[in-house]
Amino acid sequence: MKPVLMCRDVVVDFDGFRALQGVDLAVYPHEVRFLIGPNGAGKTTLLDVICGRTRATDGRVLFFSHDITKRPEYEIVQMGIARKFQSPSIFPFLTVWENMELAMRQDRRLRSVLRAKRTGEEEEIMAAQLERIGLLDERHRLAGTLSHGQKQWLEIGMQLIQRPQLLLLDEPIAGMSAAERERTGEWLHEIAKHCAVIIVEHDMDFVRRYSKQVTVMHEGKVLCEGSIDEVQQNEQVIDVYLGRRKNACYASGM
Amino acid sequence: MFIDQLFNGLSVGSILLLIAIGLAITFGLMGVINMAHGELMMVGAYTTYVIQQWFTSHMPHSAGLYFVAAIPLSFLAAALLGWGLEKSLIRHLYRRPLDSLLATWGISLILQQTARLIFGAPNVAVVPPSWLDGGIRLFGAVFPYKRLFILCLVLAIVFFLYMYLMKTRAGRRIQAVTMNRSMAACLGIATQKVDAYSFAIGSGLAGVAGCALTLLGPIGPTIGTYYIVDAFMVVILGGVGKLAGTLLGAFGIGLISTFVEYSTSATIAKVIVFVLIIAFLQWKPSGLLSVRTRSLD
Amino acid sequence: MVNKRWGYWLFFAALFLAPFYLTEFRLSLLGKFLCFAIVAVGISLIWGYTGILSLGHGVYFGLGAYCMAMYLKLEASRGHLPDFMEWSGVRELPWFWKPFAHPMVAIAAAIALPTLLAALLSYLTFKNRIKGVYFSLLSQAVVVVFVTLFIGKQEWTGGTNGLTNFSTVFGFSLSSPLTQIVLYWLTTACLALIFVAARRLTSGRLGKVLIAIRDAENRVRFLGFNPTVYKVFVYSLSAAFAGVAGALFVLQVGLISPEMMGIIPSIEMVLWAAVGGRQSLMGAIIGAIVMNTAKSFLSENYPDLWLLLLGALFVVVVLLVPKGLAGIYESLVAVRIKAKRGHEREARVDVS
Repeated sequence: MKPVLMCRDVVVDFDGFRALQGVDLAVYPHEVRFLIGPNGAGKTTLLDVICGRTRATDGRVLFFSHDITKRPEYEIVQMGIARKFQSPSIFPFLTVWENMELAMRQDRRLRSVLRAKRTGEEEEIMAAQLERIGLLDERHRLAGTLSHGQKQWLEIGMQLIQRPQLLLLDEPIAGMSAAERERTGEWLHEIAKHCAVIIVEHDMDFVRRYSKQVTVMHEGKVLCEGSIDEVQQNEQVIDVYLGRRKNACYASGM
Repeated sequence: MFIDQLFNGLSVGSILLLIAIGLAITFGLMGVINMAHGELMMVGAYTTYVIQQWFTSHMPHSAGLYFVAAIPLSFLAAALLGWGLEKSLIRHLYRRPLDSLLATWGISLILQQTARLIFGAPNVAVVPPSWLDGGIRLFGAVFPYKRLFILCLVLAIVFFLYMYLMKTRAGRRIQAVTMNRSMAACLGIATQKVDAYSFAIGSGLAGVAGCALTLLGPIGPTIGTYYIVDAFMVVILGGVGKLAGTLLGAFGIGLISTFVEYSTSATIAKVIVFVLIIAFLQWKPSGLLSVRTRSLD
Repeated sequence: MVNKRWGYWLFFAALFLAPFYLTEFRLSLLGKFLCFAIVAVGISLIWGYTGILSLGHGVYFGLGAYCMAMYLKLEASRGHLPDFMEWSGVRELPWFWKPFAHPMVAIAAAIALPTLLAALLSYLTFKNRIKGVYFSLLSQAVVVVFVTLFIGKQEWTGGTNGLTNFSTVFGFSLSSPLTQIVLYWLTTACLALIFVAARRLTSGRLGKVLIAIRDAENRVRFLGFNPTVYKVFVYSLSAAFAGVAGALFVLQVGLISPEMMGIIPSIEMVLWAAVGGRQSLMGAIIGAIVMNTAKSFLSENYPDLWLLLLGALFVVVVLLVPKGLAGIYESLVAVRIKAKRGHEREARVDVS
C-alpha cells in the first residue's frame, strides 16, 4: 500500500536550535497515528512542517508522492491536508452556516469565489454535516456566541466538510470532559474510514484506548514506532520517560 | 567630499535615531502606535523655547546655560504628558493597534492646534547656546559642534537606555512585560504600572529629541509631522523589539539618504530610499533584527 | 431588509433630484462630498470588512485627479505649453504628458494608475505577511513620497500650486451651470454604481472571506484560501474607487494640488468611514457627507476650533462609538424592535 504521507530526514533549525533533527515517518491510508513524547520533542513542529507553517531546513515531505516541502500552506490544504490547532479557530463574526460555507470543499481561487453561489447540493452537504455535529439548529447564530464545546464541534465539522485525505490534530481532547473525550475517540475511528489522521496527544489513557500505531518522539527524533504495548516495552522509551521521572524525584527530593 | 557626506549622514542618522528611540520603546516594545510622538517632540521643543525665554529675561548673564536645564525639563514635560495619555487613552486600546493609531492621531491634531493657539502659527527660533558655535575640523571637513553634540547625546541615551533595560530591576520588568505579559502578571509584576512608566519614558525621550532639534533651526507646531514618518520607517526597518535594530536602521537610512541625495536630489532621494526600504522588506519582512515566535496570529 | 432597500432607493433618488432643490453653490459642495463618499466606500471595504487600515488613499485619489487634470490642462492650453511649464522654463511637453491630450487615455489612466500602484504596494507587503499597523505606516510613507515628488518636480506637476485654471471638458465650458449639473449627475451615478457593486461583493461569498481574513488571517490560510490574493484585490479595488473619485473631483472643483493628497487628507478619509460606521457601506457614504458638511461650515467660521474638534472626534469615535453612525442607528432599531416585541407579549398576556 502506498503511504499517504512520507517524511524523509526532515530537519528544522530555529536560529541554531534544532527542533527536528532528521525525522522519518510514513503514514498509510485509514491509519490513526499517535505522536507522543515529552515536551519539546518536536511533535507540534512536525505537524507545522507537514502543513507548511514552518519550513523544513532540510529533508522532504511527500504527500501521495507529491513533494510538498516548499508549497505554501493554502496549496497544501487544497491538496487535502487539514490541520486543527489547539485553540478553537473559527470565525466569530460569521454565522455557523457561513463558517461551514467557507470550509466546504470548493475552488478557492478569487475568480471562482467572486462568482460563487451556493448550490442546492452544497446546502444539503452542509446541512448534513451540521446535523452530524449537532449544530443544525444553531446555524444562523454568530459563531462567536457559541459555547466552548460547540465551538470545538463546529471546528471539527469544518475540518470534515473539507473532506481531507490527511487530518492533523494537535491535542484535540485538551480541556474536554470524560464524555466528550469518549465521543471524540469514537469520532476518530469514524473519520479514519475516510482519511488518515496524525494526532499529537499527551493523555496516555486516551492513547491506550484509541491507538493502534504510536510513534514516540524525543529531542527532535523518532525514538521508536509500534503498538502502544510494544512501545511501552522499548528500552529507550523507558529510559526517556523513567529518566525524566528520576530527575523529577531528584528535584522534588531537594 | 566623501567625508562631508559621511558627517551629514551620521548627523541625519543621529537625529532619526533620537526620535526613533522613543518609538522603539512605545512601538517596538509595547506595540502601541503613538502617532502623537512627533507632537511630544514638539512639546519638548517648546519647553526648551520657554526655558530660554525665561533665562534671557531673568538670568541674562548665564543665558547660555539654559540648555543644560532644558534637556531634563523637556524630558519631564513630555514624559508627564505621555504618562497622562497612557492613563487616560492608550490603556484602553492595547488590543486594538489600528484604533490606537487613529486615536493618537487625533491627540496629535489637538496638541498641534493647542501649540498654535499658545505660541502662534509661525515658527519661533531658539538661539543655540554660544558654547556650541563653531565646529571641529577632521580630514578637511567641518563637523559642527551642534551636530556632534546631538550625535553624542543620542549615543549616551542609547547606552543608558540599554543599561537601564538590562541591568536595573525596573528595566528588566519592562522586558518581562514585553516578552510575556500574562506570565509577568502571574509573577507579580504590576503590568499596568510598567506600561505607564514605559510609555512615559518613551514620551520623555521624544521630548529630549525635540529639545535637541531646537539646535538645528526654528521650531513650529508641525515640527513633529516632518520627522515622524521617517522615524517609523526606522523602527520598521530595524525590526520591532530590538534596540540594536533601531540603531542600525537609523544610521542606515541617514547615510543612504544623504549619499543618494548628494548624487541626485532631495526629491528623488526620498523616492529611492522608500523603494529601498520596500525592497529590503522583501528580503527580511520583519526587519533587520527580529524575534521568531510560534503563536498563531 | 425590505425597509433598508427602500431607504437606499430613497436616498439615491434624493441625491439625483438635488439640482432641483439646491442652490448652485450648495450643489457644487454636495458634488464634491459625493466624490469623497466614493472614497469612503472603498475605505469601508478594506478597513471595515478586511481589516486593512490604509493611510495612503490620498495618493490614489490624487493620482486619479492629476490624470484628469492633465487632460483638462492640455485642453485649456489649446496646443500651447501649459502655463506653469513655461514659467519653469520647460520648452517642450514631456513625453508622458502627451497621451493625456486624449480624454479617454486620461480617464483610463485615472483608474489604472492608482490601481496599479496599490496592487504593487499591497502585493509586495501582503505577500511577505507585513500587515496591520506596519502596512498602515508604509502606506503613509507612500503619501510622503508622492507629495514630495509632486512638489519637487514643479516643472511637470505645477508644484505646490498643483494644476488649475481649466476651461472646458469635451468642449463644454466647465463654468456653465448645465455642465456642473451633468457632472453632478455623473458623480451620483458613479457613487450609486460603486455602492451597488460593493454591496454585491460583500454580501456574496467574497464578503465572508474578507471578514474571515480580518478576524483570523492565518486560519483562512489553513482553510486553503490565499489571503494575499484577496487582500491585494480588495485593496486595489478601493484604490480604483479613489481614482474615480479624484477624477470626478477635479472636474467639479477645477483644482488639484499636493496638499489635497497629503497625510492629513488621507487620514481624514479614514475618519469619514469611521464616523459613518466602518462596517457599513451606506454608513461610510453618510459619514463622508456629514463630516465634510461639518468641515466646510466649521473651518470657515471657526478655523481654530475645527482642528481641535477633528482631533477630539478621532478620539471619541474610536473610544466610544467604534461602530459609528451606522452602529447608533442599528442599536436604535434594535431597541425599537425590542419595545415592539414587548408590546406584543403584553398584548398576548392580555388575551390569555
